[in-house]
Amino acid sequence: MKSLWRKGFFILIIGLLFLTGCSDKYPVLNPVGPAGEREKNLIVLSAVLMGIVVAVVIALLAFIVYRYRDKPNNKAAYKPNWDDSKILEVVWWAIPIIIIGVLSFYTVRDTFALTKPPKNSGEPITIEVTSLDWKWMFFYPDQDVATVNYIDVPAGRPIQFVLTSDAPINSFWIPALGGQEYTMPGMAMRLWLQANEVGTYTGKGANFSGKHFEDMTFDVNVVKETDFNKWVDKVKDTSHALTKQEYQKLAKPGVIGEKSFSSYPKSIFMDTVNKNGGLYMNNDWMMKDMNKSDEMEGK
Amino acid sequence: MFDRIKSFASDFFVTGEPMIYASDVAIVLVLAAIIFTLTFLKKWKWLWREWITTVDHKKIGIMYLVSALLMMFRGGVDALLMRTQLALPDQNLLDPEHYNQIFTTHGTIMILFMAMPFLFAMFNIAVPLQLGARDVAFPFLNAVSFWLFFFGALLFNLSFVIGGSPDAGWTSYAPLTELGFDKGPGENFYLLGVQISGIGSMATGINFLVTILKMRAPGMKMMRLPLFCWSVVASCVVIIFAFPALTVALALLMIDRIAGAHFFTMLHGGNPMMFLNLFWVWGHPEVYIVVLPAYGIYSEIVSTFSKKKIFGYKTMVISLMIISVVSYFVWAHHYFTMGASAGVNSFFAVASMLIGIPTGVKIFNWLFTMFRGRISMKLPMLWTLAFIPCFAMGGATGIMLAMAPADYQYHNSYFLIAHFHQVLIGGVAFGLLAGMYYWWPKMFGFRLNEALGKWGFWFFNIGFYVCFMPQYLLGFMGMTRRVSTYSADTGWTDFNFISSIGAYLMGIGFLFIVVQVLYSIKYGERDLTGDPWNGRTLEWAIPSPAPHYNFAHIPEVKEVDAWWGMKERGESLVQLNRKKKFTPIHMPKNSGIPFIMAVFFFISGFGFVFGWYWIAALGLLGVAICMIARSNNRNTDYHIPAEEVEETEAAYGRV
Amino acid sequence: MALSNNEAKQRSSKHDTSRLLEYQRHDGPLNILGFWIFLATDLILFACLFATYLVIRTHVDGGPTDKDLFEIPGFTIETLLLLTSSFTGSLAVYEMRNFNKKRLIGWLIVTVLLGIGFVGFEISEFVQYVGDGATMQRSAFLSAFFTLVGTHGAHVSLGIIWMISIIRQVVKFGIEPINARKVFIVGLYWHFLDIVWIFIFSVVYMTGVVS
Repeated sequence: MKSLWRKGFFILIIGLLFLTGCSDKYPVLNPVGPAGEREKNLIVLSAVLMGIVVAVVIALLAFIVYRYRDKPNNKAAYKPNWDDSKILEVVWWAIPIIIIGVLSFYTVRDTFALTKPPKNSGEPITIEVTSLDWKWMFFYPDQDVATVNYIDVPAGRPIQFVLTSDAPINSFWIPALGGQEYTMPGMAMRLWLQANEVGTYTGKGANFSGKHFEDMTFDVNVVKETDFNKWVDKVKDTSHALTKQEYQKLAKPGVIGEKSFSSYPKSIFMDTVNKNGGLYMNNDWMMKDMNKSDEMEGK
Repeated sequence: MFDRIKSFASDFFVTGEPMIYASDVAIVLVLAAIIFTLTFLKKWKWLWREWITTVDHKKIGIMYLVSALLMMFRGGVDALLMRTQLALPDQNLLDPEHYNQIFTTHGTIMILFMAMPFLFAMFNIAVPLQLGARDVAFPFLNAVSFWLFFFGALLFNLSFVIGGSPDAGWTSYAPLTELGFDKGPGENFYLLGVQISGIGSMATGINFLVTILKMRAPGMKMMRLPLFCWSVVASCVVIIFAFPALTVALALLMIDRIAGAHFFTMLHGGNPMMFLNLFWVWGHPEVYIVVLPAYGIYSEIVSTFSKKKIFGYKTMVISLMIISVVSYFVWAHHYFTMGASAGVNSFFAVASMLIGIPTGVKIFNWLFTMFRGRISMKLPMLWTLAFIPCFAMGGATGIMLAMAPADYQYHNSYFLIAHFHQVLIGGVAFGLLAGMYYWWPKMFGFRLNEALGKWGFWFFNIGFYVCFMPQYLLGFMGMTRRVSTYSADTGWTDFNFISSIGAYLMGIGFLFIVVQVLYSIKYGERDLTGDPWNGRTLEWAIPSPAPHYNFAHIPEVKEVDAWWGMKERGESLVQLNRKKKFTPIHMPKNSGIPFIMAVFFFISGFGFVFGWYWIAALGLLGVAICMIARSNNRNTDYHIPAEEVEETEAAYGRV
Repeated sequence: MALSNNEAKQRSSKHDTSRLLEYQRHDGPLNILGFWIFLATDLILFACLFATYLVIRTHVDGGPTDKDLFEIPGFTIETLLLLTSSFTGSLAVYEMRNFNKKRLIGWLIVTVLLGIGFVGFEISEFVQYVGDGATMQRSAFLSAFFTLVGTHGAHVSLGIIWMISIIRQVVKFGIEPINARKVFIVGLYWHFLDIVWIFIFSVVYMTGVVS
């Protein structure tokens, strides 16, 4: 009985998942970019494969518990010394090995794929991200503008986020675009994302970083290329420039709203990385990678 | 002068919170009541002689069990507070500061001060009895372990009313926990409380490994070891290889905090990533430390309550060992998102998924142990049956989480929360409760009321699914862990509300278990046979509760299910009593040193928490003196005279 | 003293001579196995400290580097003292097997003195560094250096106190199974520290000087 009930519940949950998967309440299951899409496919594949295994286990359990219950008139076989079957054991070593094999293949493939920009897409745009206590600082090195707690990005172009932290470790996550990556003090790490649909999505700090960590959400405005350029111009016209002093002030713990800056000191991002120990990470693969891509962009 | 005292006291004691004041009052009242009762009933001597100084594994096991249940209560209250806060959006029952403290203490307590002692309770109660031994290899050290755990937990819990609780999560990631971001003594309480009890855990690991390797009854080859003992071997091996990493992680962070060093700081060359590595090099194996013995408990129970041999004994042993080895190669799956190369992430992802293979095999072996058996639905078996689907689902989501690219979306979300609660509650807590029900008659000599237990079981189980299934969906909705509140427009309200209802159902389930225990103390059916479940292993061959010396005569073991085999052949230990002469039994003497030494550890830890080094030094000096005193004591054991053994056996009606 | 040797031999004749003295009581094998496992945990503890040291060895924050700091004569003397003490510790166990109480005590005392010498040189080394401004608060490298080498030093200091306590017991109770077990175990501990030191010598000091 109990197991039947449980089985029902499980089906209900899986059903709910797929029914509601289409609504934008579930950004993870309804992504708007290739990275998120790739991750969602992996999630669905694994959920289906694992769902089958779990269903088999629960069905077997229900059957066995019912059939071999301890009732005086139970006619089912009772073999108290039956404890070995080579065939059965081979079967259930083989099944998980095959499933894990399949999942491993896709895992490794996608792990490598996600470190590269999406194929057949436009010119990448770079955004340098710094997590502060308890706000997000964004620099656009190509456009030479900076924002706090929101970003505008052009639709359909790969975005190279370069992440660091000038505060405790945090994690940069825009569920609708794709998975997250930590922001680490002293390290500059890269995350490739892309948004194909115009709209506003929520980004957040996913790793606990102290008192007001839940206030570290930011809007991601995905706009058309032309609107993006307009937005850059508008920021350039209507905002003031960020100075080192103002950055120092921003870096102090506290919660603030959205801000825009018409320009910023060029070296500020790498200065932050180096100040927090980036100096010692020179041989790190990420930095090498980043320098390489900088060179690429330089060309 | 008065002002100075006042300002000191307001720093020292946590103030300004009605909840804390209420707890202060409650603590004082409970302490007063305990002291009054003990004095009134003239029980102080009894407490000292029978419990505080005991080196008897059975009594130490009971003390572990009681402490674990108390800690389960505290951790559970923390959980309910959190679920109440999150039931509706934009609540401020708890402000962020308190919410942060509560999720930190909830996690730390449930893993380190609930699961670990509960587990050690099971080790202590069952392992020597299953081996046919009279105690563990190092009874004195066993007492030291318990008291170190006890005072470590006390130090940690003290932070609630003195100095302030830690608030950086049970993982305590640097640099958030460095002085620059976290000045208060709360984090020090965490570091020292966990460190002190961790030393005890390490000693327990060594103790039980040596016990099982060296103290088995004649004829009990390793491949005749009950599966619970095998799971303890696996768990102890993991303890031995994993705990030193925790010791180092905590010690280095403490040196950073109290001596101003720069291991994990942001400036002066520190490397916070190193803390994450050291922490999880322990932290992931820790999960297997707590879950492997639960596997062992399930194996015993499934076989006993199906009246059938365990299916694939060898496979069970091999899979335990595979898990314990592979568990060292998966730690980085706790931070696939830390920017390691794709190669590194792939390695740890595949290694993590590999664990699913032996675990899956175990589940099928349990199922086929029941196949062609006769399944009786007693409480231990109920919890075991509930474990299988729950753990299968938790394991399935575990595999999903192990896939690095998918993990980028699950990481730090409620999907992760739901997963690890499902494996830790469905895997570990169910197992520990099953074990408690299973060995309860052996510990106390009476059975627990089945009806009340079933109420508890159903409330807890239904509550579990109501609480945690919605959290998987919240993860897909992008709800991150450790948020103290959320706004209504996130759309998270419905599922959070359902989840909170589930948490309360689980709370009611726990209350039923408490009522069940209290009721059964008075009305529980006495266990006069010593074998209430028709058991298969040696602990059921002796009376309940077990006599001080466990076995008057140690039986010869001929097969895996030693006691079952004896019963089949019509043998019993009573026959042995009749056939063989009683001889004096060599036993370790009680000692007050473990308790006193742990008190000194506590004093020293308290000194370090507040940076009062003279107190810390005094404490360490006390510890050293205790060690030297123990080393020089030659009067550590004695013999129970043969006549006394005979009398005791006669009183049980076994001569 | 000859008398006490005889006494020891008499004691030993009461025991099963097919096994070594330290294994003769029921708890001998248990304690020795337990201690081996403890050494495994301690080894992992040091491994973690070494790993930390290697990761942040170059993180000097503009302060002194290992090359600036280490002086060959200092750590060479420390190494010689500790290696010699490990040898004398073995001689102590050897004399214990011969039931020569006087020599056993003698070699234990020599071992303790060499250990004290080692700790003394290490402390003076540390004091000198701190005097030069190379404190553990200066940089991550120095934090790791002082912690790794200091943890080893603390182990040696604890070993000295432990050994003195055992010398006292040998004087009082002579060579019998309990003391034999204790001497044997403290010997294991001492050799273990020697091995850890060889790693410190090569990974910390030699690498530092050569780099």
